[in-house]
Amino acid sequence: MPKVIVNDVEIEADSKDNCILAARKAGVEIPHYCWHEELSVVASCRMCLVEVGEKKPDGTIVMGPKLVPGCQTPIKDGTVIRTDSQKVKTSQGQTLEFLLLNHPLDCSICDQAGECYLQDYTYKYGKAKSRLDEPKIQREDKYHIGEQIALFTDRCVMCTRCVRFTREISGTAELQVVARGSHEEIDVFPDQPCNNKLAGNVVDLCPVGALCSKDFLYKKRVWWLKSADSVCTGCSTGCSIHVDQNEDKIYRLRPRANPEAQGHFMCDEGRFGFKYIHSENRILAPRIAGTSGASANAAGTVSLNDVSFADPWKMTLDATRKKIKDSLEASGSTFMVVFSPFMTVEEAYLLASYAKKVDTKVRLVLGPVPVAGEDDCYPKGPDGSAPEPSKVKFTIRAEKCPNRLGVEAVLRHFQGEVLHLDRIANLAKATVVYVVGGYPSEWATPGVLAAIGTPSLLIVQDIFESPLSQKANIVLAAGSFAERDGTYVNHAGLAQSTNAAIRSPGEARADGRILFDLAERKGLFNAMSLRKEIGAAIPALKVLAAGDLGEKGLRLNAQIKQPVAAR
Amino acid sequence: MSNQEFKPVLLGRVGRPNSQSLESYQADGGYKALAKALSMANTDVIETVKASGLRGRGGAGFPTGLKWTFLPKDINGPVYLCINGDESEPGTFNNRVLIEEDPHQVLEGIVISSFATRTTTAYFYLRYEYGRCYRVLKKAIDEMYANNLLGKNILGSGYDLDIHLHRGACAYICGEETGLIESLEGKRAWPRIKPPFPAIEGAFRRPTVVNNVETMACIPHILNNGPEWFMSMGIPKDPNNPRDAGSYGPKLYCISGHVNKPGLVELPMGITARDLIDKHAGGVWKGRKAKAVVPGGISMGFMSEAELDTPLDFAGPGRVGCLGLGTAAVIVVDDHTSMVDVLYNACRFFAHESCGQCTPCREGTAWSTKILERIRQGHGKLSDIDTLLEISASIGTIPGTTICGLADGAAWPIKTAINKFRPEFEEYIKSGRKSEARQLAGAH
Repeated sequence: MPKVIVNDVEIEADSKDNCILAARKAGVEIPHYCWHEELSVVASCRMCLVEVGEKKPDGTIVMGPKLVPGCQTPIKDGTVIRTDSQKVKTSQGQTLEFLLLNHPLDCSICDQAGECYLQDYTYKYGKAKSRLDEPKIQREDKYHIGEQIALFTDRCVMCTRCVRFTREISGTAELQVVARGSHEEIDVFPDQPCNNKLAGNVVDLCPVGALCSKDFLYKKRVWWLKSADSVCTGCSTGCSIHVDQNEDKIYRLRPRANPEAQGHFMCDEGRFGFKYIHSENRILAPRIAGTSGASANAAGTVSLNDVSFADPWKMTLDATRKKIKDSLEASGSTFMVVFSPFMTVEEAYLLASYAKKVDTKVRLVLGPVPVAGEDDCYPKGPDGSAPEPSKVKFTIRAEKCPNRLGVEAVLRHFQGEVLHLDRIANLAKATVVYVVGGYPSEWATPGVLAAIGTPSLLIVQDIFESPLSQKANIVLAAGSFAERDGTYVNHAGLAQSTNAAIRSPGEARADGRILFDLAERKGLFNAMSLRKEIGAAIPALKVLAAGDLGEKGLRLNAQIKQPVAAR
Repeated sequence: MSNQEFKPVLLGRVGRPNSQSLESYQADGGYKALAKALSMANTDVIETVKASGLRGRGGAGFPTGLKWTFLPKDINGPVYLCINGDESEPGTFNNRVLIEEDPHQVLEGIVISSFATRTTTAYFYLRYEYGRCYRVLKKAIDEMYANNLLGKNILGSGYDLDIHLHRGACAYICGEETGLIESLEGKRAWPRIKPPFPAIEGAFRRPTVVNNVETMACIPHILNNGPEWFMSMGIPKDPNNPRDAGSYGPKLYCISGHVNKPGLVELPMGITARDLIDKHAGGVWKGRKAKAVVPGGISMGFMSEAELDTPLDFAGPGRVGCLGLGTAAVIVVDDHTSMVDVLYNACRFFAHESCGQCTPCREGTAWSTKILERIRQGHGKLSDIDTLLEISASIGTIPGTTICGLADGAAWPIKTAINKFRPEFEEYIKSGRKSEARQLAGAH
């Protein structure tokens, strides 16, 4: 490990680090625009200029005569980095003055304000006043640049991160620089907008407000947004994300850098695929078929400090437990529980353990696993072909659910094998069926309906009304991924924790809370303590015993990896 | 050897009838140097060039033989030689004359250099605007292929070489070593960050040497006459300065601007600017005096009249605050011309030609142009002068704020013009007058 001295503080850096990364390890920020960990180095913004020198074996320090770009300069043992000298500060101030010369300073109407590196760096390193007396160069905004992205041309600082992204990560190369000198702009070829499936990432990459998401444009000031660390449920890649919300409304998803999961990016399918959460078709309250609201309330009263409250959930879950018990007492009754690959490990565990307790002969079944097409790998070749496996930088997976592996691990633990809903046609139909949904789109296909048949007691826990919920005896209003705390296991066996970002609409509840209460466990649902319990109980999920999986998640044992189930 | 006696070497065949043809070149002893080189070991050719003290004629003056030795010793796969014929420094036209009048001299130099560097593919990157050069070179290359001077087994030596003639992309930045390579590869001519230097990773990610046209023209003469002959011309290295590599050989000086007889003259390195103007360019026009002289293309900055006795060798212009000898393109400005207009014209050129990659150059060149434009409109402020100086001090490779030297080239005219003619700028701003020179020649 090479030792590097950053502003007189000696730290150990990685031999592959550049000055920016090495300084970061010493807690020193070197401001930069064009450099990005996942993209090639161009060293063109010149914001990261620092003084670099070398500590000789005899202890003397020899500094280089010129400033050098921190992004381009590798470190070695004895490298000395100085970021706080007057020379560096002057250069930073000058570079910012240059960058702001033709910048419109329209922060008050700019979406990026509040998370803008031009604002932040100007505040920290810049000058307060521009000395440009002449008119600024004005450029046309380009709303046509992509279906999801708009370019506010005059805010651009020409870092070319977006251009490099489309060349190096998506491989689609729609964006480029046109013209020269201070008149240059980012643009697309006529009628060839930037519409690739990863296009939304250029908005995150843009350090200023030049590239904006049309979906988010003018919807919310970013300082009102609260962010939760979560996991995208769009496919089995399980991208680490931030869910940005305000007052229980989600405004956007952003990728959260995680080299263990997906890297720095996410696909547009996932990024813009959260809209269903706020659909008007959400099931907003639990219900029992054939009962009226009044009697339900009367039966489900709870009291606190001698005041009685109507609690529809207490009523519904009490009734659910009772009905399951009564139905299973009838002769010839069989119990089947259908799990969803959208459930967290904790939810699957709560439900499976509850079901096993009620009826040891219960049939635990995995519901439909949505698959669409083939894995979509990037960067694409010039002809749109997939890259060689060793060169893949991003994959949108065909398996469109977050946690098949995690749920399967739970089912295998309780039952020894995983039954699939579409492969149980030869088995006798169950008389009591508990079905969990949570799919973002219509999933109760005729095949699913046929496999479930017409049990005497059908309990459906889902987020949307469906033909299944219509014929259910009990409907439990469940939560979307943004409302859940728990663990997902991605395609590679990486267990990541997801955190609730918003409260469920109406009376709906995250599945974990429903199942926790259904199982009559003591206390409140807590993902961390459940993870510890699961880690102790299920050898395949032993790493969950850590409780806290960290920001990057933890990898399970290799044997959990299973190929995509053949269908 | 005094200047009067000097017999042109590189321009020796210029003006002769049919000087472009292979037949006439061979009749004058052409391609003997190639035959000689092919009979030598390639390392001996490098040593000969190294011993001659030949420094690159493109502007930076890097020793040519030394550059060749930077190629990796054990190379698998191709090495490329790129000939920089993207002559676009304002005031410079020596490559053009060499190519148009005596293409085989340059091409012979290329074949020898390719042999020395073990190149089997050479790229001739020619400025797009040089249409006649293109036609002449194309014809000359065709003649060479027809006469076994190119292609397989050249002159029976077993050495193979192809030369690809590539027309440039109409930009100043294409003449920058790595900008040229990017442009050759079909990309925007955005100079590359170094390291890796082209000798390690250049065109198509292979070891590459980039040499100027005039440098190539010197090579056959060095082979024919020997390094001692080459070193008999010019200014020897300064014994007190170990970093000085001397300025040897003949040099083409392009003289333009306010002189009676603008043109291209060949002289041994080290003539003073005053002699050049008075003895070889017929003096300043209209009986006027020179006010400022550009020693080597506008990017080198300005010399004042008092500094005209500076020798124009690689070290001379640097001693009077200029960036260097550059392309030895001497532009004379007479004393009736406003330095504000001259500097504006220079700045406008660099603002137009900045590739836009590095922030300081992209914004600094445009900003300085805007300030000078305003001063020329009569709306200048005295503080503008210091702002201009600050801009010129904060852009370029010498403070380390840009990737390539274009910004240095943009900064030096500002620095030297203001430092040497500051009272004129102050007087101009205080007078609040508008520039009379509405239409300026030069940068488009």
